[in-house]
Amino acid sequence: MTRTMKGIAFAIAEAIDQEMAERPDIVVLGEDVTYWGAVFGFTLGLYQKYGRDRVIDTPITEQTFFGMAAGAASVGMHPVVSLMFVDFLGAGFDQMYNHIAKNHYMSGGQFAMPVTILTAIGGGYGDAAQHSQVLYGLFAHVPGFKVVVPATAYDAKGLTISALRDSNPVVIFGHKLLTGLPFLPFEGQEEEVPEERYTIEFGEAAVRREGSDLTMIAAGLMVHRCLRAAEELARDGISAEVIDLRTLVPLDSETLVTSARKTGRVLIVDEDYQSYGMTGEIAFRVQAGALDALKAPIRRLAVPDVPIPFSEPLESAVIPSVERIVNEAKTLLAAGARA
Amino acid sequence: MWKPEPSLADLRYTVEKAGLSPETLLAAYRQMCLIRSFEETIADRYYIGKTPQFNMAAGPIRGEMHLAVGQEAVAVGVGMHLREPDAVVSTHRPHHHVLAKGVPADKLAAEIFGKVTGLCRGKGGHMHLFDAEHRFSCSGIVGASFPQAAGAAFAFRHRGEPHVAVAFAGEGAANHGTLAETLNAAVLWRLPLVIVIEDNMYADSTPKWQALAQPHQFQRALGFNVPSYLVDGMDLIDVWRVAKDAIERARAGYGPSLIEAVCYRYRGHFEGDGEEYRTREEVERWRQLDPIPRLAEWLKRLGWADDTTLERLRREAEEEVARAVAFAEQSPLPDPQEALVGVFR
Repeated sequence: MTRTMKGIAFAIAEAIDQEMAERPDIVVLGEDVTYWGAVFGFTLGLYQKYGRDRVIDTPITEQTFFGMAAGAASVGMHPVVSLMFVDFLGAGFDQMYNHIAKNHYMSGGQFAMPVTILTAIGGGYGDAAQHSQVLYGLFAHVPGFKVVVPATAYDAKGLTISALRDSNPVVIFGHKLLTGLPFLPFEGQEEEVPEERYTIEFGEAAVRREGSDLTMIAAGLMVHRCLRAAEELARDGISAEVIDLRTLVPLDSETLVTSARKTGRVLIVDEDYQSYGMTGEIAFRVQAGALDALKAPIRRLAVPDVPIPFSEPLESAVIPSVERIVNEAKTLLAAGARA
Repeated sequence: MWKPEPSLADLRYTVEKAGLSPETLLAAYRQMCLIRSFEETIADRYYIGKTPQFNMAAGPIRGEMHLAVGQEAVAVGVGMHLREPDAVVSTHRPHHHVLAKGVPADKLAAEIFGKVTGLCRGKGGHMHLFDAEHRFSCSGIVGASFPQAAGAAFAFRHRGEPHVAVAFAGEGAANHGTLAETLNAAVLWRLPLVIVIEDNMYADSTPKWQALAQPHQFQRALGFNVPSYLVDGMDLIDVWRVAKDAIERARAGYGPSLIEAVCYRYRGHFEGDGEEYRTREEVERWRQLDPIPRLAEWLKRLGWADDTTLERLRREAEEEVARAVAFAEQSPLPDPQEALVGVFR
């Protein structure tokens, strides 16, 4: 049975609910996870069903509730922890990157760290420099985290169930403009989502649109902007392929290289900061497998290396828009037509 | 902690009130001797290849080395009340805690030597010791132990298990926000958690009087409604009797406690420490409070042991350490390829 669902928030909450119903090891921890569903909806409805024994509002103490997650995981629990805005990682990152991400390795494989972290990312609604970042590149850089960035409700549910069945730390980055919540703009699409449980394998990128002139690679919200850009490009007779990474760690290099070899031109679009981030890593992997097939240097569009500014024209100037994606794609197509 | 030497009547009263038997006190003595001998043997091996030029990367034991000589009574006085499924989260100075939790000395030594037979197959090292079987873990990050022990305590309470979690930390770590945060959460959720602050007077090189606006952790904890105790960390009996109450209370479901144990480390913060921050006289003064001869003296006065018995226990402990270190020295190093596996399960 399927039904129409708007946005990733309800899909994530449903996935947690369905796993919690059968799994006593799962508990939900974080700020505002009861009444407000972790603010961005990822835990909506769980408190009403499971009560405060299993859905626990914590004091505003990120390092402590992430440390508690590490300790609880070390004795067999599977904590689901909300990091409300990813921007708050600084308040608890030590427990995440030095402990949750490393204890399995450091212990010689003795201590599993099955911790699922839920966090909201992204700007585009005027929340400025400390509430609009993406930052998945920081997590992807540190060994030990699986990095999941769902772009659709279908993926959000299946990837979340996979995360809850994984004995490793998994961070799910849900874009605020894809949540489907009434108080935020929505840039996703309503879609059919099965009621029953299903999983989506990590490390399998999805080709969202097939094309032959160039490949656009993105994650999260930027997948939708690339798809809109591809529609505009199609009106000019340009055929763009759009790939949704779905997970940054593990990364499906094969699908990226295959597409790059097919189209010969690659544009990477990212809402994270540009330097030392996802775009550079993807570019490296693509060239390593497809250099001889590339017809032009790889291009990228990301947040230039500035914080996210507040005022609307300033914010729009730094977060990649459909219009700027189209322009980048056209620049790429005009570039050095090597035979 | 300076205090009048107890009279024989005082001693008899204290051990009877605490419920301490001769067997328990002799076992404590042996365990403290084991830790002392272990630390001194590690120190001895650590300097191989590091003299005359001190180079942390040279010799059979690489990296920093933080030893707990002088702090044995705290670990043993707490550890004797713990069972295998109880959890302990320790610090960058963990050897006395790990031995007091009952983790085998040979696998501990092998880890310190970076051998594949070590607790973590050589991937952890002396500051990152883990033993799942004994639910022991530690962290080289100061202040990290409090919430992790609280998390284990949370799991025990959530599942209705009668286990306890202990967080060890120094008085320097007690300045970290995690202590206040954890005390708050532990009371709210009535966690079976015992926090043990080993106040050895110095956070690395910084004396506590330069770093603590409130010199007593028990007073900080009382502010969170956590039952809190100040004990003489150089007095095994004092630590043992208070830890017994705190751990029994946690096990019975009544919530967290904090124990502030005033103690002293006879060696530097790390091996190679120039100790510019304290005088030789100060160290010598604290030597007079050495918890091991002190307990030996009390055992003799109580008539519970004579020199022969004490000597035998000490020798047994030393032999166990010698076997553990020999095991470590003779064990193979890990295959370099193993570095690339084990990030994920």
